This record gives sequence, structure tokens and C-alpha cells, in this order.
Amino acid sequence: MNDEIKMQQIHRRKRLYEAIFFGLFRIMGFMVVLILGFILCFITMKGIGVMSWEFITASPTDGLTKGGIFPAIVGTMCLIAGSMIFAFPIGVLSGIYTTEYAKTGKWVKFIRLMTNNLSGVPSIVFGLFGMSLFVNTLGFGDSILAGSLTLGLLVLPVVIRTTEEAILSIDDSFRHGSLALGATKLQTINRVVLPMAFPNIITGLILSIGRVSGETAPILFTVAAYFLPQLPTSIFDQVMALPYHLYVIATSGTNIEASRGIAYGTALVLIIIVLTLNLAANVIRNYIQKKIK
Amino acid sequence: MKKLRKLYERLTEGTLFLCGNITGIAILLIVLFLFREGIGFFGRNSVEEGYVLALNRKNPVNKLSSREIKDIFDAEITNWEEVDGLDREIVLFRLNDITNYVTEEELGEEFEHIPECIAKIIHDHPDMIAFFPKAYLTENFSEKVLQVERIGLLEFFGGDEWMPTATPSAQFGILSLIMGTLWVSFGAILIALPLGIGVAIYLAEVANKRFRNFLKPVIELLAGIPSVVYGFFGLVVLVPFVQKTFNLPIGETGLSGSIILAIMALPTIITIAEDAMRTTPLAMKEASLALGATRWQTVYKVVLPYSSSGIMAAAILGIGRAIGETMAVLMVTGNAAIIPHSLLEPLRTIPATIAAELGEAPKHSTHYQALFLLGVILFIITLIINISVEFVKRKRV
Repeated sequence: MNDEIKMQQIHRRKRLYEAIFFGLFRIMGFMVVLILGFILCFITMKGIGVMSWEFITASPTDGLTKGGIFPAIVGTMCLIAGSMIFAFPIGVLSGIYTTEYAKTGKWVKFIRLMTNNLSGVPSIVFGLFGMSLFVNTLGFGDSILAGSLTLGLLVLPVVIRTTEEAILSIDDSFRHGSLALGATKLQTINRVVLPMAFPNIITGLILSIGRVSGETAPILFTVAAYFLPQLPTSIFDQVMALPYHLYVIATSGTNIEASRGIAYGTALVLIIIVLTLNLAANVIRNYIQKKIK
Repeated sequence: MKKLRKLYERLTEGTLFLCGNITGIAILLIVLFLFREGIGFFGRNSVEEGYVLALNRKNPVNKLSSREIKDIFDAEITNWEEVDGLDREIVLFRLNDITNYVTEEELGEEFEHIPECIAKIIHDHPDMIAFFPKAYLTENFSEKVLQVERIGLLEFFGGDEWMPTATPSAQFGILSLIMGTLWVSFGAILIALPLGIGVAIYLAEVANKRFRNFLKPVIELLAGIPSVVYGFFGLVVLVPFVQKTFNLPIGETGLSGSIILAIMALPTIITIAEDAMRTTPLAMKEASLALGATRWQTVYKVVLPYSSSGIMAAAILGIGRAIGETMAVLMVTGNAAIIPHSLLEPLRTIPATIAAELGEAPKHSTHYQALFLLGVILFIITLIINISVEFVKRKRV
């Protein structure tokens, strides 16, 4: 009789512990949602007031305290385009190489290690490297070209990894079928593997655009201009960029208090860009998953 | 036709091979160029370029370190005896002191006699140390030009003063920067690790499918928000909050940096830890449950030990993320280059220093090279972190 009560007690205590800990983890999960929600709401609430057509299409005026952010938006677009022209083809080709061509396991492992290392390198180190190689040694100066190459290098690991995952998820039977029909390896990749992997590769592209549009440290010394209302005319021009602009008006503008409104607006634009891109990537991913089913 | 096709295939394969190794090439180039810019640092001394330090000919002191020069000009060393000289008071001389010693007429109408005047002043004052532009050194300067010791490894890594633009002698001790980086990262991981592992357990073992499908994009978005936006958010929300809560003179402290970094490192930790927990074989979990263990006991005794190496990897990568983060930290930690004693003081990290100062450092100056060396150190730290993650992950199998 006594034993039974004891057993029941132990059992109850076990249940209690479980309830406590799982409850705690649930709270933690909700906390993550709350953090994101708070950041998004805060910036939206504060930034929505300055949002207007003029804000998007005008140049900054009055020592960066009034006007819009048009040159910064254009600059960021240039950097996105430039870095993707460089990183996307090379990244995809690299992904194809490691998944379809590289023969020995050791070599693939080494390449993977290098890709992981590259993705772990802090963005400011990319900035230093870009300044040393592209700006100084190759003589591009502070330019869209130098900034794009630096940013491209930064997102290469993202493109490579998504490409690899996309290609690896394709069943071997498709390849064998194509090869059995007499197609060469290259034809198989071109006509069978790549078209099937394409949507997944595009998600990688979208996510890396999000990354590029928000990075500040790599462009500090390679392209970003403090204030430059003229739009760029060649790839050797400097440009303003959204993240750098936000940094400038938040910390070192001529009148920090007066430019707070603009800063909230710029932060909101950045968040909208990232939000839209993430949403697009998710929609594409879900679409593929449904299609596979 | 067939030959052409073969050539084409060969060419493509060659291109693919090159692209396949691009990341390795990139790493190699980064190492090469960072070192190339930074390595000249140790051969130089820290006295401002274009300036000289001069002593009287009879002064037995020939050589001083940059630290000693700084202390002399800050009047912390006031006697030559402290730097192995005679037991006499040190007399400081900067160029704008010149009118204390000579009249304006002696300097000449267009100050053309400055070099001679300086030489004469030094000659007349046996205990003087003079700091003036090299251009004012007379051709037949009969007094002694002071030699400055080159900056050594010990001074760089062990020095606690980072004053890269101080005159006459800049200080390049990075100890305060290293300590600042460690403090902030340690604080961040202290917050992020328990939270991250908790959320990972929740995602992997507790949450239903619907909540998981909701939380996953949330975490992705948290990872996608640019670091400047985090920095800005920290600046306008967290900094005042920390200042008020702890009743501090300024809110830009290590703690603000740690909290922001914790939020930024969360997605990395959650994703990797959850992936690791998901690899626990179902059979093991079911066996535990069948023995009468509760789900929590199963998590605690089966899932966590099984995925411990993955959790370890998550922690290490989280630290790596925190150490390398630049913009957010730059905006909220106050950037004071002093060794912090608690997280409630302003401090400064290595990446923030590079970002804040490189724009103003003249190309190829000592300061510029020192900043590139900081980049090298940062790069090496992250390399070690990444390789140790590989090692930790591999250990399980």
C-alpha cells in the first residue's frame, strides 16, 4: 500500500517536471515570436509616418534631415545586380561541380570545408579584403564594381549551398534515364538536372539578394558614399546604399535627432525588402513541395 | 562534329572545376591580401610620420619605446632616471612652445629660422626632449635624433592602450579590444544559448506541426533582418532601456551589445541544434518512452546526450557569429577602448574598431596596417571556430 502511494508520488513528480520544462520551452518559443513581432511593429509604427511617394523618389536634403532616399535605393539595386551577375553563375557552376563532377570524396569534403569557412568569415573582413584587392591592388577605386565583387564573394557560399541541396534532392533515376537514352553527362545536367533543380536554386538567389541588400560592413570601404545625390553613370562610380545610409543618419549625421524620422523610414524600407524576399522564397518553396507531392 | 563536342565538354568541365574551387581560392586570396597589407606593421615605429624626436647630444638615452614616449609626453614619466638616463627632470618641447624660448624676431619674418632656433634650444637645454616636424631638422643637426623601438608582438598583443592617433607616439595595444570582444560575445552566448536550446527542443520534440510551420519562417526572418537594422533598433530601444534599468550615465554598454548579439545569434543556434536533435533515431526515443519515462525524461536522457555534439557545434557557431558581428555592435556598445570590468561599461570590439577607424586611417600608415592586422586576427579566430565545428561534428561518428 505504502509503495503504491510512493509510486504515485514519483509519477506525479515526473509529470510535474515535464509540465514545468515543456511550459518553459513553450514560453521561449513564444518569446522568439514576440521579439520579432516587437522589432517589426516598432519600426513599422515609427517608420510608416515618413513613408510617402516623395520619400521613395526624392534625394536627401537639409543635411540628411529631410527629403527622401532615392539615391540610396538606386545604389542598393546596383549593388544587388552587380553582385548577382558575379555570384549567381559562379555559385551555381560551383554547386554543379561538387555534386555532379568532383569524384573523390576527400576533395569534395575539402571544398565543403572551404565553403563553410568562407561563410563564417565576418563581413568586415570581406570589407578589408575588398578594399585591399579590388580598390587598391586592381585600382577600381571606391566603385560599384569593387563593392559588387566584395558582396558577391560574401554571398557565394549561400548560392553554392542552395544549389548543392537542390541538385542532391533530385533522384538518381532521372539521371540514369537520361544517360540510358544516350545523352552525355553535360546534356543530362543541362536538360534534366538543372531544369528540375531550378526553382530551388531560385530560392537561394532570392535569399542571397536579401543578404546583399542589408550588408553594411563590406561596402563601408569599397563603394558606399556618405551623400551623393547624383545617380551613378558607370560601374566605376560611388553610390549611396540603404544600409550604410541608415548607419550614417543613425549615428553620425549632422543632426541626429532631426534625422530620426528618416532613419525609421529607411529601416522600414530595408525590412520591407527583406520581408518581401523571404516571403517570395517561401512561396516558391511551398509551391515546389506541393508539386512534388 | 564529335571532336568539337568533346572539346566543348572538356571546356565546360574545366570551367566547372575552376568554379568548384572558387571558395578555396577566395580563402587563399583573403589570407594573402590581409597579410600583405598588415605585415609591414611590425617593422615600423609608432611616431607620427614626418615628425622626429630629438635630444641634447649629452643625454645618454638613445632609444625609447613608444610606451615610454607616450608616458613622457603625458608627464607620467618626469625624470630621465626612469628611462635609464641621468637623475634629472625631463623638459618637454613641442613646436608651439617655441615662442617661450625665442622671440618672434629671431624666428624671422617668414619663420625661415625655425630649424636653427630649434637646434639652438635643444643645445641649450641638456634635459630636453623635442618633438617637431622632420622638415625643421637642420642639415648639420649636431644634437641627437632619438631612435624609437619598433613595435613588437608583445606590445601589440599585451598592450592595453589603443590610441592609434595619439601624438607624438601612437599606442597599438589590442588587449582592450580583445577583452571587449570576448566580454560581449560571452554575454551574448550566455543569453542566447539557453534560449536557443530551449526553442530547439520545443521545435524538435514538443511543438505541433502548425506552430512549427509558423515558427520556422519567423526564425528565418530573424536571421534575415540586416545587422544595421538590429543596431538601429538597439540604439533607439535597448540603449535607453539599459540606461534606465541599471541607472547608468550612458546606455551604450557591453550589455546592450550582448542582448542585440544574442538575438542575432539565436537563429543560428536554434536551426543547428534542432537539426541535430532531429537526427535522434526514433527507436531510441520509443524505447525510452516504453520504459515508462516521460517525454521530458526522454529529451533529457536520450535526445540531448545523443545530439550533444550538434548542440556544441551550434554554440560554437553562435559564438563565431557574435565575434564577427560589426555594425550592430558598433552602434550600441559605446566604443570606448578600455579594458572592461563589467558588462555595464562601454567597450569596443575588434570588428567595430576596424569599421570605425579604417575610413580615417591614411593608406599604408602604421594605423592602417594595424587595422589590417586586426582583420587577420579576426579571420584566424573564425577559421579556428569553423574548423573546430567540423571536428566536433565528425567526432560523433
